[in-house]
This record gives sequence, C-alpha cells and structure tokens, in this order.
Amino acid sequence: MGFELPLFYVFATVAVVASALVIGQRSPIYSVMLLIASFAALAGLYVLLDSPFVAVIQIIIYAGAILVLFLFVVMLLNAPKEAPGPWARLAAGPRRAGAVLGGVLAVELAWAIWRAAIAPEPVGAGSGASAQAIESVRSIGQVLYTDYAFAFEVTSLLILVAMVGAVVLAKRHV
Amino acid sequence: MVTLNHYLALSAILFAIGTTGVFLRRNMITVLLSIEIMLNAANLTLVAFGRHWGAVDGQIIVFFVVTVAAAEAAVGLAIVIALFRLRESLDPDAFTSLKW
Repeated sequence: MGFELPLFYVFATVAVVASALVIGQRSPIYSVMLLIASFAALAGLYVLLDSPFVAVIQIIIYAGAILVLFLFVVMLLNAPKEAPGPWARLAAGPRRAGAVLGGVLAVELAWAIWRAAIAPEPVGAGSGASAQAIESVRSIGQVLYTDYAFAFEVTSLLILVAMVGAVVLAKRHV
Repeated sequence: MVTLNHYLALSAILFAIGTTGVFLRRNMITVLLSIEIMLNAANLTLVAFGRHWGAVDGQIIVFFVVTVAAAEAAVGLAIVIALFRLRESLDPDAFTSLKW
C-alpha cells in the first residue's frame, strides 16, 4: 500500500480547502457545491479506512439527500449574497472575537492531540479484528440489529418527529 | 504510512473550520452548513478510531449521527424558511427580538 499516504494527502487537502472555501464564500449556492466536494473527499478517506459502508452513506445520504435539501432551500428563497464581505466586517468587535476563538479552538485541539500522543503506528495496528471484519456490511448489520436495536428503533421515531416538525414549521399559516 | 494521528489532525482542522464558520458567517444557511462540517469532522474521528481498534461500533455511531444530521437539517431549514418569510432576511442579526 505504497500509495496510501499520497491518497490521504490528496483527499485531506481537497476536504480542507473545500471546507475553508465554504466558509469564505459569500454566495450560498457555491458554498453548498463546495461542501459536496468536501464530503466526496471525506468519502474517499472512509474508503482508505476500510469503511466502504460509511463512504456510501456519506455519498448517498449526505451529498445526495441533505445537501440537495440545502440546495432546494437556497433556490426556493432565492438567497441573496451576504451584503458586505465578511472580511470587511471583521472589524466589528464580536465578529473578530469569533474569528480569534475559532483559531484558539484549532490550537487547543492541536495541543490535545499532541498531549494524547498516541503512538504513531499505522491505522489498524490496534487490537481487535482484521480489516475484513470491519469492512463487511454483514458484520455492521449484525451489531446494528442486535446490540443497537433499541437506538435503531428510536431513530425511526426521531425521523418521524423531524418530518412532522418540518412540515408544521414551514407551513404558511400556522 | 498513515497513522491515526493523521486522521485526528485532519478532523481537528475541519472542526475548527466549522466552528469559525458558525462565528463568522452572517447567513443562516451557511451557518447550518458549518454545523454539517463539524458533524463530519466528528464522524471522521469515530471511523478512524473504529478502524484503529477493529470495532464496528464507530461506524454504527456514524450511522446514527448521519440520521440525526438529516433530521437537524430538515427542521433547521424549515425554521430558516419560516424566519425568511417573517423578515425577508437570512442575516441572524435581523432576528434579535429575544436579545435582552
């Protein structure tokens, strides 16, 4: 697997750059499109992690359903560009504080990872089953429908509540 | 050799980008997109740890996170639509009636 590291860096770069541009865009429709690119790169990373099930979920549900929902709303509202560029308004006090806090969070997370200092062994060198056991949708299903059966059923209720809630909230005359 | 730390560092960067977006953006749709970035950063951590320890539980939790994210997006966007009808604006600064 000599090309695993270059692939990781390609996907990671695409994900980070696209996510940063999502934040830097003023037009919401470009933001949504760039986020789809970012999620596609993340799906590639999941394949590198021997988790094709999550990669497929990422593409079908995230890029295919959730972001298309965002796209529909952007078009429905004919969402305007944000009036002045965010960087010009960065001078405003609270907003600058927000930017600083975002940077502080990044430093904190870097420090936490540095402190945790997990031995730099290749992913998957930890204990437990081989890649095949994780890869197969069969083993995921077996655990999902036994150990996590209750959570799975509650999820269906959550979806129902969200569906009803969305219809009620977006209705014209409540 | 890709180590677990690679994935954790990438996840941290993505999470910080998402947080900064929530702070900086003045458009409710972009704020929701930033929240999605943060959720995905968390998902990447879960899958990476799951792969590292050879357990499927990480992937199952990601499954639930994606479901919750879908519900959150549906309700959040419905609220955005309702607010846009009210004020013809997507700027969170336009909705400060509850502010002291």
